[in-house]
Amino acid sequence: MINVALPKGRLGEKVYKMFEEAGYGCPDIFVGRKLVFENEEAGVRYFWVKPSDVPIYVERGAADIGVAGKDILLEHEPNIYELRDLGIGKCRMVVAAPAGFEDDRGYPLRVATKFVNIAQSFYSSNGRDIDIIKLNGSIEIAPILGLSDVIVDLVETGTTLKENNLVIVEEIMDISARLIANKSGYNFKSREINTLLERMK
Amino acid sequence: MQYDQSVLTRTERRIFALRTLYSRAGYRSYRMRKFEDYDLYSRYKDYLLSDRVITFTDTNGRLKALKPDVTLSIVRNIKDKPDELQRLYYDENVYRVSGSTNTFKEIMQMGLECIGNANNPSVTEVLDLAEKSLALVCDGRDYILKVSDLDITIPLVEAMTDSKTARAELFRLAGEKNVHGIISLCKDYEIEEQAYMPLVRLLGLYGEPEDVLPQLDEILKGTPAEAEVEELRDVLRDFDDDRHLVLDFSITGDTNYYNGIAFEGYIEGLPECVLVGGRYDRLMQRMKKKSRAIGFAVYMDSLAMLGR
Repeated sequence: MINVALPKGRLGEKVYKMFEEAGYGCPDIFVGRKLVFENEEAGVRYFWVKPSDVPIYVERGAADIGVAGKDILLEHEPNIYELRDLGIGKCRMVVAAPAGFEDDRGYPLRVATKFVNIAQSFYSSNGRDIDIIKLNGSIEIAPILGLSDVIVDLVETGTTLKENNLVIVEEIMDISARLIANKSGYNFKSREINTLLERMK
Repeated sequence: MQYDQSVLTRTERRIFALRTLYSRAGYRSYRMRKFEDYDLYSRYKDYLLSDRVITFTDTNGRLKALKPDVTLSIVRNIKDKPDELQRLYYDENVYRVSGSTNTFKEIMQMGLECIGNANNPSVTEVLDLAEKSLALVCDGRDYILKVSDLDITIPLVEAMTDSKTARAELFRLAGEKNVHGIISLCKDYEIEEQAYMPLVRLLGLYGEPEDVLPQLDEILKGTPAEAEVEELRDVLRDFDDDRHLVLDFSITGDTNYYNGIAFEGYIEGLPECVLVGGRYDRLMQRMKKKSRAIGFAVYMDSLAMLGR
């Protein structure tokens, strides 16, 4: 039995469809509020968990495999295998600022973000001194209120940025959903996991 | 006076079982001082899992540390006898920062080192003892000893690029079995497909030596790692029909210290590896010793979860 941690929400539903098409469907998975679903015949058990918790379930072995965005993996750096780029949930991690913004290197750059680790490693590789302002949501508001100079955030279509008069200043990286596995569990279920990977191609 | 074994904790029972295994195999117990000069860890701090060490000033003004690691102390204190074989085992407490709580933790570690003319037969012997150690502590669960050979991965990566940053990133990605990441990095660094494909195919291998070794011959043909397959075959000769030993080339380590065979032990149901080991001739060289060396450590605290 492979235990799979799926991220709750739109991405998780798309991911589940991929598993279903590969022959790992589970009836009633979208019915009610149950969080655990099993298809004994297919040898698979799914859990719906908060997207940012997927790597924790996998790293700690509660799930053998899971699906998480690359942004979450880079932010938490879990000790796991990253077996496949699923090519869905695509977006970009960018630096955005109010239109017309110019960086004054005489001062530390004030960066508002949910992704502290990603922002820090991006700016340290560029040798830029920064001040991090960790926020948990509505990041776009920070430069408007003068809380920060720029933001580091995920962008899918760019509509939210545009509506808040922000423009992309730099692209940090492309993000997509990754299939991850527990390093211990992989040893005891390598055949099942590799069969699943093969069928999902 | 006879004593009742039931008074022993599970950890104590495991320690006795392992001590018996190692001493019967000809290893002698090695005791070390509780404190070590801090200087040792500051000089080799990238060898340690974390550079955070508990320090204090001794009454004579010297800066001391509570050991975060055992191997460094053994290597520093042992007499260099490259033509002999010194077999040692230890059970010691080490002090490290725990990842989950970010505070110092006392960790019980048991392990062994084989130092001197540690050639292929010694590697086979140490692998065998690592596997027997897993069998003794696994509480009847399934276990796996995963073996890699850094003398295969290192030359493959080094032949791909001269960039130190790219090499470090390639080792990190290999440790994650992150093949798509490797391909994307190679595109960024304009590394050609024929240069990276052996590594990509290598990472796809997983299984018992008798299945994997023939594939390895084919994958490494014409690469700088070609000759190493025979060495690996020689070391693994006795493990041919052993379903507990698998080859998996995703194990990596700091190439400044490690080389050759590297291995990790896993027990079903425990999320992290409980045994880590390998050859560390490069560490010996950096510490100006001529001996070769291989050893492993069993993390007793990770095993404590087995009782739950």
